[in-house]
Amino acid sequence: MKFTRRQMLILLPAAAVAWEAVLARTPEASPNYKVTEHWWGMLVDISKCIGCGNCVRACATENNVPDGYFRTWIERYHVSDDDLANPVVDSPDGGKNGFPPILEPGGKDFFVPKMCNHCADSPCTQVCPVGATFITPDGVVLVDKKYCIGCRYCIQACPYGCRFLNPKTQTAEKCTLCYHRITKGLTTACCEACPTGARQLADLKNPNDPIHAFLRTHDVQVLKPYMATGAKLFYNDLDGSVR
Amino acid sequence: MNSFKDAEHLLRVALVFVAATVAFVLVRAVLVPRSFGEYGHYRGNAITEIAAQRVVFAGHQACETCHPDVVTVKNAGKHTGVNCEACHGALATHAADPVTVHPPKLDTAILCVRCHEANDAKPKGFPQVVAKDHSSGLSCETCHQPHSPLVGLGAKP
Repeated sequence: MKFTRRQMLILLPAAAVAWEAVLARTPEASPNYKVTEHWWGMLVDISKCIGCGNCVRACATENNVPDGYFRTWIERYHVSDDDLANPVVDSPDGGKNGFPPILEPGGKDFFVPKMCNHCADSPCTQVCPVGATFITPDGVVLVDKKYCIGCRYCIQACPYGCRFLNPKTQTAEKCTLCYHRITKGLTTACCEACPTGARQLADLKNPNDPIHAFLRTHDVQVLKPYMATGAKLFYNDLDGSVR
Repeated sequence: MNSFKDAEHLLRVALVFVAATVAFVLVRAVLVPRSFGEYGHYRGNAITEIAAQRVVFAGHQACETCHPDVVTVKNAGKHTGVNCEACHGALATHAADPVTVHPPKLDTAILCVRCHEANDAKPKGFPQVVAKDHSSGLSCETCHQPHSPLVGLGAKP
């Protein structure tokens, strides 16, 4: 095939236009959602969690989480009366199938659901060398699968152990706070499936969100506040032994 | 005397430098996606790509538009706060196509004990039983209707 100079001159700008279209390609977004109008977090009420594992299963179903890995999981704490600082923690299969009965008598026992804290100053995004992980303008920490090189820095940097390397894609993976749901006006899969309301999605920028009244009237904490991560996973009724 | 008479080699270096700079700028423009830096040091389009993921749990609002009868029964009982898909499982496919996609039948023997099997770590006020001592092998719905579980309350469904 031979091009004349004239044909070449016509083809070049056409190719440039086509390439422009490739670069600009964006998937369908939610039309009414504005990233600047939200600031997402979550409330976990320990006093309501029954450790049924619904959230863990729902998360795996919604997000196709590989077996043996968890974007959210439940820990069961057993704090004995004479050793408050050293609780015994178990989480069989992330609590996916519930928990066996406790055999040790005495002390206190409770469940602690865990997941990404969607930190405002998150250590994981600070260490990413390629800009693959980031916090969105509405406060959700996400991973760009196409940019992640699988170096695992972020997995080591997360103080809450919320990240893992997907064995198939070899990219870092974590809770997205069901970004594909919350941008459509739905709640997260874990909140949807929680039978007791122990988990509540919270929009801190929405003045009508019940989270504000709750934070004012309850003793709410975050995990590892001394790390100054700006965690937005708020725990009500959190025992001091929880790490 | 021409002071620039030996300047040709300098000009060549300058040309190479300019060519390299132009090449760098061009290659960078091609390789760095347009949306990189839109919000920060990351690809802005990644946000819309992640938001485009398929929804699997339809959400209770979707269920309630077609099943108001169940909502009425549920609101009269203790399970009023329990969303449909907490027990029935993810049903966005059913919500999108209610005619051909049917929810699977549920087994109360598995479902009820997930929440109500006794465990010391559960909140003390939460109703819990040791299933094998509680029903002597009878299935739960012999006495309890799942949508409104107090005994004697709640008709089918």
